[in-house]
Amino acid sequence: MREVPRAPLCFAVMAGLLMLVGFGQSWSLALSIFNLCLISAVMALGLNMQWGYAGLFNVGVMGFAALGGVAAVLVSAPPVAEAWRVAWSDLLAAALALLASVAAIVAARRGIPPGGLRMAVTAFLLLVGYGAVRVFFDPAVEAIEAVDPAKTGFLGGLGLPVILAWPIGGAVAAGAAWLIAKVALGLRADYLAIATLGIAEIVLAILKNEDWLTRGVKNVTGLDRPTPYEVDLRDSAGFQDFAAGFGLDAGEASTIVVKLCYTGLFLAVLVLILVLAQKALHSPWGRMMRAVRDNEVAAEAMGKDVTRRHLEIFVIGAAVIGMAGAMLTTLDGQFTPGSYQPLRFTFLVWVMVIVGGSGNNWGAVLGGFFVWFVWIEAEPVGAWAMDVATAMLGEGSSLREHLLAGAPYMRVCVMGLILLLVLRFSPRGLIPDAVHRRAGH
Amino acid sequence: MSLLRGEGMTGGYGGADILRKCTIAVEAGEIAVIVGPNGAGKSTAMKAIFGMVGLREGRVVLDGKDITGLSPQDRVREGMAFVPQTGNVFAGMTVEENLEMGAYLRTDDFSGTMEQVFELFPILKDKRRQAAGELSGGQRQQVAVGRALMTRPRALMLDEPTAGVSPIVMDDLFDRIVEIGRAGVAVLMVEQNAAQALSIADRGYVLVTGENRYSDTGEALLANAEVRRSFLGG
Amino acid sequence: MEDILNAVVLLSNFVVVPALAYGSQLALGALGVTLIYGILRFANFAHGDLMAFGTMFVVMATWWMQGAGLSIDPLPTALLALPFGIAAAVAVSLLTDRAVYRFYRRNKSPAMIFVIVSIGVMFLMNGVVRMVIGPDDRSFGDGARFLIKVKEFREATGLSEGLALKLSQGLTIAVTVAVVVALFRFLQKSRTGKAMRAYSDNEDLALLSGVSPDRVVLFAWAIAGTLATIAGTLYGLDKSFKPFTYFQLLLPIFAAAIVGGIGHPVGAVVGGYIVAFSEVTVTYAYRKFLIYVAPESWRPEGLVQLLSTEYKFAVSFVILVVVLLVRPTGIFRGKVI
Ligand SMILES: Nc1ncnc2c1ncn2[C@@H]1O[C@H](COP(=O)(O)OP(=O)(O)OP(=O)(O)O)[C@@H](O)[C@H]1O
Ligand SMILES: [Mg+2]
Repeated sequence: MREVPRAPLCFAVMAGLLMLVGFGQSWSLALSIFNLCLISAVMALGLNMQWGYAGLFNVGVMGFAALGGVAAVLVSAPPVAEAWRVAWSDLLAAALALLASVAAIVAARRGIPPGGLRMAVTAFLLLVGYGAVRVFFDPAVEAIEAVDPAKTGFLGGLGLPVILAWPIGGAVAAGAAWLIAKVALGLRADYLAIATLGIAEIVLAILKNEDWLTRGVKNVTGLDRPTPYEVDLRDSAGFQDFAAGFGLDAGEASTIVVKLCYTGLFLAVLVLILVLAQKALHSPWGRMMRAVRDNEVAAEAMGKDVTRRHLEIFVIGAAVIGMAGAMLTTLDGQFTPGSYQPLRFTFLVWVMVIVGGSGNNWGAVLGGFFVWFVWIEAEPVGAWAMDVATAMLGEGSSLREHLLAGAPYMRVCVMGLILLLVLRFSPRGLIPDAVHRRAGH
Repeated sequence: MSLLRGEGMTGGYGGADILRKCTIAVEAGEIAVIVGPNGAGKSTAMKAIFGMVGLREGRVVLDGKDITGLSPQDRVREGMAFVPQTGNVFAGMTVEENLEMGAYLRTDDFSGTMEQVFELFPILKDKRRQAAGELSGGQRQQVAVGRALMTRPRALMLDEPTAGVSPIVMDDLFDRIVEIGRAGVAVLMVEQNAAQALSIADRGYVLVTGENRYSDTGEALLANAEVRRSFLGG
Repeated sequence: MEDILNAVVLLSNFVVVPALAYGSQLALGALGVTLIYGILRFANFAHGDLMAFGTMFVVMATWWMQGAGLSIDPLPTALLALPFGIAAAVAVSLLTDRAVYRFYRRNKSPAMIFVIVSIGVMFLMNGVVRMVIGPDDRSFGDGARFLIKVKEFREATGLSEGLALKLSQGLTIAVTVAVVVALFRFLQKSRTGKAMRAYSDNEDLALLSGVSPDRVVLFAWAIAGTLATIAGTLYGLDKSFKPFTYFQLLLPIFAAAIVGGIGHPVGAVVGGYIVAFSEVTVTYAYRKFLIYVAPESWRPEGLVQLLSTEYKFAVSFVILVVVLLVRPTGIFRGKVI
């Protein structure tokens, strides 16, 4: 009942806040924030499916987002022909060695009955297979990374339009999630949390260190864009007239138009996912999912395959997160593995879901908007507040300087505070899920 | 005037009332036994007397003092002890440590009491360094009862102390309980082995759906044809 | 023969000693996590940041003492500053319990709510640490560098390989032994320690025996804060103090606690060393070792490193997964709720 009046009100307040930024700071900034709000909302929707629908504690959001990001590179970067030329034979051999070892392990596990012998043989084959792959793979990596390291030094991508990377990023993340789910689902909730925390760290380590694939910490910049470039717009006569019609200069208008293009694309994705998510939630499948979540034991007793349901939702949620990750890298126009921080990419998304209202799709969207907005705006506000608070210390004060330098981290505290306050005083979030009371007491 | 008395107890776990105007009492040096079908509310009545289940109506009186508002810990201080039906030992701790935990609230020297418990249950002395979780079911029940005795309670409450115990050990355990009662302790227990329990009971209560169905001396209940037919299996 | 000795010294220098020191640090961290799990029954995601928080105070007190000319040379000043850090970490732990966790404990909230709450606490501590001391590497070690120097070892033994034992490593191992012995004596022998074990074993029965939950919880936080600060300080002296590294330690620490059997103190210690030794042995390059022990013709060309050090998290993770699949209760049969 409470849901009806509350949600529109919350969204209206959110719109008001963004307008405030538009009028107070600049419209370009307001649009930048809005675009990231949209991506955050998609990410929060993905996590909400896992936690809110199914109660799966995924603390590896960062890993799935980064996988989506790398997909953007692998889809859109131009292939590096030279790297392929020098390394293809070794890569092929390494791939064959990998296939052969996997086949050998599978065959051995089929042939030998469970027990110590089987484990020993598996371990032995794993070691030998790993060695064999490395024999071919290491020289290939060396050769690839030697190809013009300042500019490429990696295999490059497929050279396709970057927008294709969004669904592909989702698929990559979903594939990884499937593998993880096979191992880790069915564990207790907090073990799943720790396992996913580990996965995210491993994914990041791979993206940072496998230079042949991602250029590692050398970053991949200048990715393809799904929108026109500002320079092209500025230089076109038609656009200059168009901008003049609004009384804007072409430079300013071009940045806004480009941002609006992104807004349109992101909004389309968000609406699509939201509609599908709502439909799914109210379908028999969604009802079953909620039944499983609210009482696993009873659902199992009724013959519902709980692990199977969990696997489905884990994979779907990861796909949505991966897609958001690809969108984010597209917006940035570059892939920088060093920028993935668990606080920003995992735990912040958690705050979004909890603050919004776990289990409720609209809540997740609102949480994504609100939390991202606070995250961004808390920085200047924090700096300003610190400035005012320490003004009496005088200009040259070293304490004042120290405090001012620390001010950017105030927003981290603010996030913690918001999370704790919401959990305490409104545990079901800003827009509570009408049907369930998971976070309640 | 009974030593321990739950009067007109009505209440439950927050939902529907499990207990309805249920009254249970036991005198010092006596054994009172509660019997009844599964789910009758026997354990709930015990927990209510021990302050682990909230009462909507009724009161609990110990030695003339109203203790309805006291927490379980405070009831331990007042001289009550409880052996719950499940999870009644610290499985990961040794037998000796279990007994020490029983005496947790005592600040005086309790080695004498521990010796008495070992006299009562000699097997525990041999196993004093073994983890309680590694004992047999019967031995574990002895640890549980021993732990409760460590505070030298005036009123001892036992919820199915003989559950999962072989008949021989069960006889022995009943003998020990009688001994405890003779020493002046008020013993209130719930028993599944109704006939045997009533035979050692000074007072018996038959509980059905949270209400007193019959209350009488143990002997009289055993003699009552209707009680025999419905609750004692003939 | 000399080759074999050289190989042993080589392994001791690059595997055994570093793994012992790292394992001690993990063991202390895992003890804190396991204690909180045993008493409050949730996986505390804020533990890494609690370590950073306590260590931060040690670092600042060390700087202050260095400035004031206080020193216990050749031992690091940080040892003298440790009580300040411990006091701060214990105070903040008790404060968060009072202001945050107690509410959920009284409401008997599910464990996952506690975990999410601990994420909120993690954010807060994370922000405070970065605001106060900043996100960068801070060094605060002083005093002697080495207990045993490579050169001295070589001269004394006549071997071509040397063994170095940094003071920080020796200190780590010694302090860990002392702390673990003290903690175990406390848990085994003292009234409060027994009450804590009883509470962790069977909460309801502990309450029936008159154990006060507030007191047990208070001790749990106080001990966790103490252990976190000691672990963090030793880690910082051995490597360096950087807040983010402490957050990342969460994974190997959880792995250690789970391998040993979560809620089980002995398990946490054993788990710490298992994780550390696995990490170090898997990421060590065996080339030189093989040159000593393998026949001439077998001389390896590459580094013979199974996994590059950047992937050390993968080791914790694999250990974690194997344990969860093979023996979810851990080696010492901890709590599985
Ligand atoms: N913790 C609880 N929360 C809610 N309901 C409970 C709880 N414990 C018991 N009940 C309900 O209270 C009723 C009485 O249970 P109680 O345990 O008192 O029965 P009992 O007479 O001891 O049975 P038994 O002989 O099987 O031990 C049952 O219907 C049970 O479902
Ligand atoms: Mg019962």
